[in-house]
Amino acid sequence: MSAAERIAAAVRAVPDPEIGTVTIDDLGILRAVRTAADGATVVTITPTYTGCPAMDAIRAGIRTAALGAGATAVRVDTRWSPAWTTDWITPAAAAKLTAAGIAPPRPGAGGPALPPERRLLPLTPVRRPGPACPRCGSPDTALLARFGSTACKSLWRCAPCDEPFDHFKEHV
Amino acid sequence: MTDHRYPLRLGDDALIAAQRLSWWCTRAPQLEEDVALANVALDLLGQARALLAHAGDLEGAGRTEDDLAFLRGDREFGNAQLVELPEADFAHAVAKLLFFGTYQELLHTALASCADPVLAALGGKFAKESAYHVDHATQWTLRLGDGTSESRRRMQDAVDALWPYTHELFAEDPLWTAAAADGTGVDPAALLPDWTRYVTAVLARATLVRPEGDWRPGGGRRGLHTEAFGPLLAEMQALHRAHPGARW
Repeated sequence: MSAAERIAAAVRAVPDPEIGTVTIDDLGILRAVRTAADGATVVTITPTYTGCPAMDAIRAGIRTAALGAGATAVRVDTRWSPAWTTDWITPAAAAKLTAAGIAPPRPGAGGPALPPERRLLPLTPVRRPGPACPRCGSPDTALLARFGSTACKSLWRCAPCDEPFDHFKEHV
Repeated sequence: MTDHRYPLRLGDDALIAAQRLSWWCTRAPQLEEDVALANVALDLLGQARALLAHAGDLEGAGRTEDDLAFLRGDREFGNAQLVELPEADFAHAVAKLLFFGTYQELLHTALASCADPVLAALGGKFAKESAYHVDHATQWTLRLGDGTSESRRRMQDAVDALWPYTHELFAEDPLWTAAAADGTGVDPAALLPDWTRYVTAVLARATLVRPEGDWRPGGGRRGLHTEAFGPLLAEMQALHRAHPGARW
């Protein structure tokens, strides 16, 4: 393994500070690791949510991991476009989320939001098909709160388990 | 080349809206809503940071996002007065989020195809977040408006109180005109028909009355603010002014 490969592997292994069972690579936050002409390691990341408070911790984690793997200097660039989407979360990462009790986002669910003037107003409270319970797999789940413990999650309850669980919201 | 005052003003809207909304943290009517409003405020703060940083880069005078947020006086802020108004109760917060969020979603969607590559990238990103905010505000407007007589009365009061301030969002302004003319920004007047259609439909479905009347307070874009703005700014800037360059 070359020095550059060793650094890249260390950066890919940086855990997400809020959901420690997945890495920033699993979540699609990490977009590229390359070596610049001046020898510095340049890491490109795409933030999940604009205000995600974990971004500073992620930048620090990248820097520590790269330096620990032998990088001489580290630059972390933020790339906004194309915007992050939960469709970048790998199937392996979705399995890790489920194992951690977090219902993963469903690929392509919903599609991009329609512009407000074309959106249909609900006649009754919207009841979209919910995510399956990460524990028992039941589809019989109900939304408790549209925002959860972090910006990227909402809070649900499984009817058979009668237990609440986090759902990583679809963001496409 | 984008006029740095353009992203600065959009950033001011997001920053002051975030500061006002974050007041609800620990004060919302239920725990879930406390978390929801704090998360919306966090999105807005993130948007403000990206916009202010872009404005600082364009200006080229070495001012950072922190310099722009914490070291300007009240007359240097170009946010619309709507976002700075105090929120007398939860219905005010909901009505404001409906009005401002719908404006933001349309603005961000339009920005996504503007000629400034940074603003276009940010617009595409922010539009997803604003859509979620609008959805949240819509659900609450329907629930409170078409709820009990007390919730309906308070929701209608909030709509009546805030409606006049929505005009400023779409009012003609030289900065908008110039940005739209060279493609680096959006003339908000172009967003008004879609905004009106959506908001009117939500109010009607919520059994609320859309206010009439032609009082159009304004001045925020020129740095003229309401009485509530000074205390808001003082609280927001106090720590940075007492400990310049403070970090954690």
